[in-house]
Amino acid sequence: MTDKRLSMRDAIARYVQDGMSVAIEGFTACICFAAGHEIIRQRRRDLTLIRMTPDLIYDQMVAAGVARKMIFSYLGNPGVGSLNAIRRAVEQGIPQPLELEEYSHYGMVGRYIAGASRLPFFPLRSYAGSDMPRVNPLIRTVEDPYSGAPIAVVPPLNPDVAIIHAQRADVSGNTHLWGLIGSQKEVAFAARRRIVVVEEIVDEAVIRSDPNRTIIPGLIVDAVVHEPFGAHPSYAQGYYDRDNQFYLEWDRISRNHEQVVAWLEEWVYGVPDRAAYLEKLGVERLARLKPAPAPAALVDYGAYQ
Amino acid sequence: MNYTASEMMIVAAARALAGARTVFVGVGLPNIACNLARRTMAPDLELIYEAGVYGARPARLPLSIGDPTLVTGATSVVSQADLFGLYLQGGLVDVALLGGAQIDRFGNLNTTVIGDYAHPRVRLPGSGGACEIAANARRTFVIMRLTRRAFVERLDFVTSPGHLEGGDSRERLGLPGAGPALVVTDMALFDFANPEREMQLIAVHPGITIEQVRAAVGWNLRLAGDVAEMPPPTSDELRVVREELDPQGIYR
Repeated sequence: MTDKRLSMRDAIARYVQDGMSVAIEGFTACICFAAGHEIIRQRRRDLTLIRMTPDLIYDQMVAAGVARKMIFSYLGNPGVGSLNAIRRAVEQGIPQPLELEEYSHYGMVGRYIAGASRLPFFPLRSYAGSDMPRVNPLIRTVEDPYSGAPIAVVPPLNPDVAIIHAQRADVSGNTHLWGLIGSQKEVAFAARRRIVVVEEIVDEAVIRSDPNRTIIPGLIVDAVVHEPFGAHPSYAQGYYDRDNQFYLEWDRISRNHEQVVAWLEEWVYGVPDRAAYLEKLGVERLARLKPAPAPAALVDYGAYQ
Repeated sequence: MNYTASEMMIVAAARALAGARTVFVGVGLPNIACNLARRTMAPDLELIYEAGVYGARPARLPLSIGDPTLVTGATSVVSQADLFGLYLQGGLVDVALLGGAQIDRFGNLNTTVIGDYAHPRVRLPGSGGACEIAANARRTFVIMRLTRRAFVERLDFVTSPGHLEGGDSRERLGLPGAGPALVVTDMALFDFANPEREMQLIAVHPGITIEQVRAAVGWNLRLAGDVAEMPPPTSDELRVVREELDPQGIYR
């Protein structure tokens, strides 16, 4: 079994280059802020950022100037309001203009599925009667070869790199993910390179004890990064809750570009790595995010010898 | 008992869910209305969230539609490929609650931009799942505050299709779901139960006049034959909202 463990610094340095398309997925849950911050720290430029819900992490990355373009389906601070830095880039070109390529959620999911399974397009019952195809020429309508009726299609999407945060993996990248699994599997299979970031590294035997939970096989994983609390201020089911206080604070911080620059200086450029970020955050704040246990009933796979 | 216009809106939306088996829950106001419905008049209502949750039993008001409380104790948690493909497109959603920045008289919704798309005055969140939810749910309810800025003659952008140009235009386009059935606001309720599929006033909240509603709508508003007055929130409805769902009063 190949040991693919790398530090976050080395994983980003090796697999994320200027001009690439990068997908840090995770629908509200397991958003790898640690990877996003490292990309900012290494001052990558001209990236195409891919994510269904850009969330705070892409707000920070766009403000830091790493992105040229964004492919997405919902721009919001979930449950709070707007993504102010991205809005500033789109509405005022601050700190630089941001090209948008926009879909609906199912359109993005379909793009990942087509990309992962090497299909020329993905058909879906959406977009009819919407202005979205008018502003995004990649959303098209074809004739169903069986009924002759029109059906919307979206093209495959194959990010250069996908970064997936999960609860645990073995050293070769066989990954257990639970809670909201979003589109993590689809984007991982669609990408050309995959970095898996986990709360815990476990023995291969732990993975093999519950194979239904292996969302991503080590077969497609290039690097495994062990980064506890790597999804903070988003959450990892069963490990820690969303730090909602930060989501609310970000709404205030992100109201002007200078405040964002100061925040990045303090919390991203100003710390060498995630461990230092966590230390700065303080153990008390992290401890408050820990949920009470709610374990699943035991599953017996049976031994067949 | 005193209550706010927002509370009346939430209660009205929750009451409209009586009898529904499954509801697709959106962010914000829909979230609290659906959770109120399940705790009052629709105990068998199954909550579906686009994050990939079927049969949520949230122990607290979810902070967002991807809150971990939606996962713990749910009937099923699935990928978004399954949620949109098998549940939504598969026709299993009875009602979906949607919101928007702008709505027109045929229930089309804008959540994308104010102004020109290429150079927007305000960049809004975009579709999320709304475009396919509007197409595939058996029917949709819209919940939003009634203002002249929101209820407009012409949308700046059509994100999610309602009854399109009215009449049978939605049917002709082959959209699987029946489209908007109800609009719930902080002042009044509207439906589309006429051959033109045009929004019409069916009820006002207590103390609101038809003239006040007309003044908040950006077109010449059609009235149903009989405009009713909504019964005010019950003490039980208000207790659930205030004590269980929104103790911090975010939605007051």
